[in-house]
Amino acid sequence: MSAVASGAFPWLSLITALPLAGALAVLLLSRWHPSRARDLAVTVAAAALVLAAIIWHRFDSNSLGMQFQELHGWAPSLGVSYRLGIDGLGILMLMLTAIVVLMSFAASWANSKQGPVYFALVLLLEAGLFGTFTALNFVHWFLFWELSLIPAFFLVRLWGGKKSAQASTQFFLYTMVGSVALLLAFLAIFLAVGSFDFIALTSFAQAGQLSATLARHFGPGGAKLLFWAAFFGFAVKTPVVPFHTWLPATYAEAPSETTMLLTGAMSKMGIYGLLRILLPIFPEQMHRALTLLLWLAIASIVLPAFAAWAQTDLKRTFAYSSINHLGYCVLGVCAVSKLTGADTNLATEKAAALTGVLLQAFSHALTAAALFWFLALLERRSGGIRGLNDFGGLRKAVPVFTGLMGIAIFCSLGLPGLSGFPGEFLILKGVFPLAPWAGSLSLLGLLVTAVFLLNAIQRVFWGPLNGRWAAMPDLTTAELLMLAPALALMLILGLYPQLIAGPVHATVMQWAGQVRF
Amino acid sequence: MAFIVRTLWIIPALPALAAGISATLRQRQRLLSAGLAIGSMGISLALALCAFAQSLVDPNRQVVNFRWMQFGSDWISLGWALDPLTALMLVMIAFVGLLIFIYSTGYMAHDANFTRFFCFLSLFAAAMFGVVIANSLLLLFMCWELVGLTSYLLIGFWYHRPAAAAAAKKAFITTRIGDLGLLLGMVWLYSQTGTLLFYDHGAGCLEHGALTSLLGAASVAGIPIFTAIALLIFCGAVGKSGQLPLHVWLPDAMEGPTPVSALIHAATMVAAGVYLVARVYPLMGLSHDGIATALKVVAWTGAITAVFAACIAVAQNDIKRILAYSTISQLGYMMLGLGVGGVSVGIFHLITHAFFKALLFLGAGSVIHGCTEEQDIRYLGGLRRFMPVTFATYTIGTLALCGFPLLSGFWSKDAILHAAHNWSVSQAPFYLGAIGALLTAFYMTRQVCYVFFGERREPQTAESPRAPEEFCFVPDPHESPARMTTPLAILAILAVVLGFIDTPAWPWFTSFLERPEPALATASPVAASLNPALDFGRFAEAGLLPLMLMSSLIVLAGIGLGWWLYGRKPTTRATDPDPLERVAPPIFHALQKRLYVDELYESTIIRAAHWAAHVSAWLDRWVWNGAVSTVRLLVTGLGRIDASIDTHAVNGGFDEACHEVSQGGRLLSRFQNGKVQNYLRVIAAALVALAALLLWRSAA
Repeated sequence: MSAVASGAFPWLSLITALPLAGALAVLLLSRWHPSRARDLAVTVAAAALVLAAIIWHRFDSNSLGMQFQELHGWAPSLGVSYRLGIDGLGILMLMLTAIVVLMSFAASWANSKQGPVYFALVLLLEAGLFGTFTALNFVHWFLFWELSLIPAFFLVRLWGGKKSAQASTQFFLYTMVGSVALLLAFLAIFLAVGSFDFIALTSFAQAGQLSATLARHFGPGGAKLLFWAAFFGFAVKTPVVPFHTWLPATYAEAPSETTMLLTGAMSKMGIYGLLRILLPIFPEQMHRALTLLLWLAIASIVLPAFAAWAQTDLKRTFAYSSINHLGYCVLGVCAVSKLTGADTNLATEKAAALTGVLLQAFSHALTAAALFWFLALLERRSGGIRGLNDFGGLRKAVPVFTGLMGIAIFCSLGLPGLSGFPGEFLILKGVFPLAPWAGSLSLLGLLVTAVFLLNAIQRVFWGPLNGRWAAMPDLTTAELLMLAPALALMLILGLYPQLIAGPVHATVMQWAGQVRF
Repeated sequence: MAFIVRTLWIIPALPALAAGISATLRQRQRLLSAGLAIGSMGISLALALCAFAQSLVDPNRQVVNFRWMQFGSDWISLGWALDPLTALMLVMIAFVGLLIFIYSTGYMAHDANFTRFFCFLSLFAAAMFGVVIANSLLLLFMCWELVGLTSYLLIGFWYHRPAAAAAAKKAFITTRIGDLGLLLGMVWLYSQTGTLLFYDHGAGCLEHGALTSLLGAASVAGIPIFTAIALLIFCGAVGKSGQLPLHVWLPDAMEGPTPVSALIHAATMVAAGVYLVARVYPLMGLSHDGIATALKVVAWTGAITAVFAACIAVAQNDIKRILAYSTISQLGYMMLGLGVGGVSVGIFHLITHAFFKALLFLGAGSVIHGCTEEQDIRYLGGLRRFMPVTFATYTIGTLALCGFPLLSGFWSKDAILHAAHNWSVSQAPFYLGAIGALLTAFYMTRQVCYVFFGERREPQTAESPRAPEEFCFVPDPHESPARMTTPLAILAILAVVLGFIDTPAWPWFTSFLERPEPALATASPVAASLNPALDFGRFAEAGLLPLMLMSSLIVLAGIGLGWWLYGRKPTTRATDPDPLERVAPPIFHALQKRLYVDELYESTIIRAAHWAAHVSAWLDRWVWNGAVSTVRLLVTGLGRIDASIDTHAVNGGFDEACHEVSQGGRLLSRFQNGKVQNYLRVIAAALVALAALLLWRSAA
């Protein structure tokens, strides 16, 4: 078969293949030069970031629809094709994955426990993520979706804490069950419609034919069941309360460098799925279930915020905080599915909410990864101790560390001027007119987030210095230089969010106009 | 457009830059850090004066708007504006700020984190300038939150003290409760008017078009939408300005260094709530008929807060806490002034208060600095001989605050009482204000008597000085250095004369601020109303002179009562009961315990929140996770049952025939072995089977 854009350079295949090849190269090289494995892995991750930046640069922010498309036949009789393409959502996800992977490598800079296999697995995970964020055919997409799970499992299992065996198994099985639900849903859709192609399914759904066809094949209850199966798959991954119980244990037991990848990049697979698959393909079902979905989103915002306050393990605190932040994304996506007819004002609000979701996803990737990076540095200094009440007064011993982690914490809290604020503001601005009660209730999450984050600052960094940590070394120059770009990015995006809002605006316009039916 | 309007952004940018550079300095680069802060503040003051001059020449509002970020095809715009209100606030903040920066070089001279202090102070100044120049509610909110951040950092500046750490957290969270109301009001306003720019050549949310459409909007649950939005915005002001019921953070905020209390928690930041109400006054005043509900709420909140806080101040013993409750009370007066009078009434008191309250706090700082960190007024005493400059300036500040005739507080408080007297809704706020004035004069006299009169009482021994590591120990009280007393003297002069800019005879301030909007009143020439003629005949206005006489008598009565109880026969020993305590012990103790508001919150809201946290964690562990565990147990249990049927029942007789069943049972039993590769294998097999089944059925 031939490519659609014949002669165009296959950027997206390249960016997926690069970390895959890198992973193999790291393993091969380690036979002769095990000490160079880290250098090679970092080089590959940096090259991936450069590639992502080139794609970002070449991306046309004014064009609607998919760009950098590649299309080849695979198994046409089964509706499987090799189809790649990105829009504003895709480019954003590529970029944040590349950044988070590099941040994770930087965080494990001085960690001697992690050898060539670790680096190869991280690169494999990066390839899985790139594949997921570029594939436009379900089978192809699902392959990468599952592929990314395997390295993640081994990263948690082999390099994690004492209870990592249990945590990783729970993580794996739970996500697997979600994936199976997703797979069954799409097999059923394929049987009814005869296509695995996201674009084709989207236009079919937007024309209002999909749910009719599904109802004809499986009965009205069947179509609903398929929607909930797909939702379940993404709800586990994101996660949405009450399908989140795997997360705190996994994030806490995984090495912090791996948690950075899980929370920074992998949790975005759920958000990606909601935006790429659920919202365009099941708008009608989403609209019918709107009230329940909004309640789930509110539960994902409020309950984890409260639960985070009750934790005494810092990693668990920030794990719950991560659920809370992604809850705002879920809220934005769900509110957008509201049926608004031809009211152009509400289309504007939808555009605001969707832009907010994208900004929030990017900011969360950056902030959550940075916070677990700081926890990795803290654990290395304390010999693995990370209880909320085990420290006290650290600011006196490690002032620079305190100041920089403080920036990340306040970014997570949504302080204006840092990247967390524009996203949360836009989500609220969009959700409030669409679902006033849900928008108002979500504010409770903002308040409780402030409570537990400031509580953590007070317990860990303020108060009298705990004599046990009087000799704790502050950040080294190398650590400072590695952290600085991430923190600078938080500041830049807080002051100038247009940097992200600009490239995604055409995609957002398209979505906001689409979800009307 | 005037040059100064286009470059107005430089005023906040300079201190922000100074803060940025300061953040990278080392602890020993003290001179550079203080120099950067003071230098940037000095230039900002010069620019603010230019802006003020510009608004004197041309009082019409000038705006600069720009696009910030887009969502879909729409843009969020931000911008800044110069009008008389902004110009006044800029000059006040820059002037008071500069004096306090200079004072701080003396007060903080021995502190190890000197550079960090000036970094935070500069950041505060930048954010505060941002609040007052913003021409967009969103930009105002962003700066507003940054002001809150710097307040948090500076309250917790001595972070190793548990009390300071707790106070900082409390301040941030309490104000954030109000801020969330503001955020919600802002989002609602945005969805109603489609813009958050205040003024945008007719398209702004405070301009005629938007206000008309708000008036026409429907009601929600019986409350008009414009009232609901105005009240939500007012929530933010309540939090920031320490109004009831969110006032609890401000007294605790006194844990911060005293210059911080003077600048942030007396003169500028806490007044930002008053400024906010004044800024969105066109929205606050919206009403279908008569006086707007929102303004009534503002007036009542202010009046009640004014008396409530003044009562508590009567029984406090910490010199800074008395001033903190006094600040809450005075902020209540400002709100009352806004509610019953108008923008100029409230803002006039804001400006005069900024000067005399900054003076009082800096004076208190001078006392604390000179007396080895002693803040309890019972352990001070007789300081007028040791610290003459501090005593003189403090007394002037006290008289100005009390509203002693002809001092600045007299004119601004009288304007509020006069407006309250003429309020058509109720006379109660007026009486509350009058009682508050009496209490103010009383508690300030009590404080001055305790601190400066009588003999020096024995120092506290049981408690160690508060921050021994940062300060050199001073055995005897001493007057502060010149860089601390000079700002006191300058502020004292202003506390005396500043009131004359808006007397009934010459209401320059009112006419400057409340110029009719050009669009509404094109007939009246602007220049004429700007320079009102001096006319003593205006004192003869009905009820004005009796009112002034009455308020003077109230002040004198308060001072006299205070002197009679505390000054006549000064307390000789610190452990003696307070004279007021002897008169009415239960009331005094209740007031001393701050009327148990903190305890009430502790036992209700905070306990409920803790409870919610534990319930959430419990739900997580037992309900959500319990459901998952139940499913897991069911699956593995089924496998186990199947396996045991295999081994016991089936194996007994039909070995050969049931071979396949037994295989199946063993397969299922592997569910419990914990090996992921087996799980995977099973799932893959199941999937293939399922897919085959589905394909086969659809083909058939």
